[in-house]
Amino acid sequence: MLAQLAAEFPDWYPEWNIPYWLMSILRVVGGLVAVLLPAGGIVYIFLFKMMSFMQSRLGPMEAGPYGSMQLLAEVGKWMQKEDLAPDNADVRIYKMAPLIVLLSTFLLVVVVPFGPQAYFTNFETGIFYALAVASVSVLGILIAGWSSANKYSLLGGLRAGGQLIAYELPMVLATLGVVIQAGSMNLNRIIEVQNTGEIFGIGWIGNPFVITQFIGFLIFMIAVQAELTQSPFDMPIAESELVSGYMTEYSGFRFLIFFIAEFATAGVFGFIASVLFLGGWGVPFTWFGWEGISDVAWWMNFVGPLIMFTKMFALVGVIMWVRFSYPRFREDQLQTFAWKVLIPLALANTAATAILKVVF
Amino acid sequence: MTLTDRQQLSYIASQAADARLNVELETEGMTLNIGPQHPATHGTLRIIARLDGEQVVWAEPVAGYMHRGYEKLTEVRTFPQVTSLVNRIDWLGSFANEVPFILAAEKLMEVEAPPRAQVIRTILFELSRIANVSLFLGDLGVQMGAITPVFLAFRDREYILNLIEGATGGRFHPNFDRIGGLKDDLPKGWIQETKGAVKKLEEFCDTIDDLLFGNEIFQSRMRGIGVIPADIAKDYGLSGANARASGIDWDLRRDQDLPLSYDLADWKVWTHPDGDSWARCWIRLQETRESCKIVGQLLDQIPAGPVMTKVPRIIKVPEGEAWVATENPLGEMGYYVVSKGDLGPFRVKIRSASFNNISIVPWALKGVYVPDIITILASLYFILGDIDR
Amino acid sequence: MPKVPGLLKGLGVTAGILGKTLKNGADTVQYPHEKEAPPVRARGVIALHEDNCTACMLCSRSCPDWCIYIEGHKQLAPPRRAGGKPRQVNHIDRFDIDYALCMYCGICVEVCPFDALFWSPEYEYSEPKIADLLHDKQKLGEWMETVPEAPELEVGAGK
Repeated sequence: MLAQLAAEFPDWYPEWNIPYWLMSILRVVGGLVAVLLPAGGIVYIFLFKMMSFMQSRLGPMEAGPYGSMQLLAEVGKWMQKEDLAPDNADVRIYKMAPLIVLLSTFLLVVVVPFGPQAYFTNFETGIFYALAVASVSVLGILIAGWSSANKYSLLGGLRAGGQLIAYELPMVLATLGVVIQAGSMNLNRIIEVQNTGEIFGIGWIGNPFVITQFIGFLIFMIAVQAELTQSPFDMPIAESELVSGYMTEYSGFRFLIFFIAEFATAGVFGFIASVLFLGGWGVPFTWFGWEGISDVAWWMNFVGPLIMFTKMFALVGVIMWVRFSYPRFREDQLQTFAWKVLIPLALANTAATAILKVVF
Repeated sequence: MTLTDRQQLSYIASQAADARLNVELETEGMTLNIGPQHPATHGTLRIIARLDGEQVVWAEPVAGYMHRGYEKLTEVRTFPQVTSLVNRIDWLGSFANEVPFILAAEKLMEVEAPPRAQVIRTILFELSRIANVSLFLGDLGVQMGAITPVFLAFRDREYILNLIEGATGGRFHPNFDRIGGLKDDLPKGWIQETKGAVKKLEEFCDTIDDLLFGNEIFQSRMRGIGVIPADIAKDYGLSGANARASGIDWDLRRDQDLPLSYDLADWKVWTHPDGDSWARCWIRLQETRESCKIVGQLLDQIPAGPVMTKVPRIIKVPEGEAWVATENPLGEMGYYVVSKGDLGPFRVKIRSASFNNISIVPWALKGVYVPDIITILASLYFILGDIDR
Repeated sequence: MPKVPGLLKGLGVTAGILGKTLKNGADTVQYPHEKEAPPVRARGVIALHEDNCTACMLCSRSCPDWCIYIEGHKQLAPPRRAGGKPRQVNHIDRFDIDYALCMYCGICVEVCPFDALFWSPEYEYSEPKIADLLHDKQKLGEWMETVPEAPELEVGAGK
């Protein structure tokens, strides 16, 4: 029935001739929306509301209806604060560090497809690029920790360095299973494979890799939790111990940038995880009778982002739920967990996927 | 080959630079000041820790940033005024601070509170213990990054504080204990309310048990960390739950004969053989449950009668010395009161539990990692007012 | 029944509270809009019944941090009975309590032999400047209206 409905839609792809300058503006605006909207949404829905409700309180209620403008109020407050740098800090790179962290978020969002044509760029090794760029933020955090000239920041920065590098590996290895199964590193191709595939002949939900790659999905989400330095992996920040770690000395809008980067990165990782494991922007193509990505109706370019946001919020919701419930690991336990549990498990998962891929 | 002057100079310069570099690479320890303004010290305790990497080589607590001189202040106050001072020592369980002082003064005056006052005193004492320790249980989570328990603790402690306020008028500083009894009787309906609140607190203990104590991450952070053997604990004068967690079966509520009515209730002193951080926290959880039990039982056994014996309107305590210690939420708290027959005490020595409990910090922190400093400090449980007085 | 891992149990607890808050509302109160009534005995602020005060200075002297300031003078009041002698009464000129110093111990209320001081549960009297917390007898008198009746006592209370 859905297929009929889709067929009745006028079958015209809008042949818009968007001039180059307009395209560039669209991309910049789209990039800002794709980074800032998830960040704002996550902060409001999860940090302000879900956390408060889990603690039997209402959270911010005064700014705007149900406190929805609270984040804007906070931003206004941060912007007014003085941009301080400690005396002994290496001022130039100290001021640069938050920007590097935010930059990595923007670089990440570049490859995320939001629809069949709604992407910033679409290249063959998209997932490879995403994993490579994700580690740029480590650089910013290390810089922030070192240049603050503060012992807590130094400890936090070094912990962050160790942790982010340790958890990059299981993340890469977990993605490997997906790449093997999809047979491509292109993110749009991975989405296509998931939405056209079938599991044991049942095709109506497609083949989201979360089912076949469940272990990979778990490892990926745990690694994302650690990459985002959310509890129980928040050793680098550890506000009751290192007093916010590498962010200790930052104030004003530089702290704001760290703050935005933290939640925007959560959103972007949510996007990537939904692309890799939940079928991304797509719905199973058989519902509408599409054969492949070239058949997908043009309106998916507008519905796709909504689907992506829904999936992303669901995934980030789980991340935040865990964050609000668990205490944190100790640094050595955290490393042990990565190297002795996650990496062997991810390797085994990769090997098993490869064997099954050859067998079937 | 002959070297030009310039080449020679640059060679010397590079050698010197190498030498400088070698000196700089010689690693040395880092001294980390934890506090006086640090979220893990709940106040202004300062801990100087010398680190090798993340490992503590040497640590020392520096107390006194919040010294208020209560021992000296008591010398220029009258006996009724002193209670309003001393309930600010351990500000979370403040009614418990008044009791030993009043008992010491009563001992000198050779009066005893009527039975009704004794039972109500015991109930309020245990309620302040619950208020104190329930906040500890929530705070424990926040020290380790779990933010939810502390809000639950604040929520449920409110029921107890409301009760204390309902009976005494003061949420934090009741100033309700008087030499010879209590200031006032309970208001109507208080007993019924207390029964409800105690049930809520028992539920809170179960919630914390599920949310925090059952959590595998929490257990891996706590078990086997900061082990204090029984003999070391005795050497450093640990008391209260810290001592019982090291297997010392010693509880001043049970082991001494004071005009408090603990023997009316059926309860148990918990001990744990391990002596690690986990044991200390677990003992406190169990003690909160026991306290709920004690309060629940005593509420049905309040005898009828007055709450105040006959004491002169202007209290002059006869000459003499008295020492009374009770089992406070944090451990043994005692007052050594010297009176010269005046309106006020001549000298008061306050033995507060936290001061002795943190004296073990240099011993307990040796060789642990920085994250464990926080868990060990949290599990030793001190209150700054109780350290600095 | 196999033991539920503590990690899952913890998630269950937070999800349970989330559901409860969504269903029954939060346990907190949105302060300026709704207020909780403090208990009758709550020690919020000290109110003064000026007519009863004889400027005997007992409260001022028993205050642990000496935050009550009293000045008074003797004056003659008309006689009670016709033809009697005029009575000599103490009249207070000044009765100030510095709430920046007060520790809310309640000793002054307790020692007052003439029932001139009372506790009121009123608590909203914060000031932007610390010096403004010194309240005079007029302000203290206004708080008399908020003083509640003493509560009934629990069963078994004896005299």
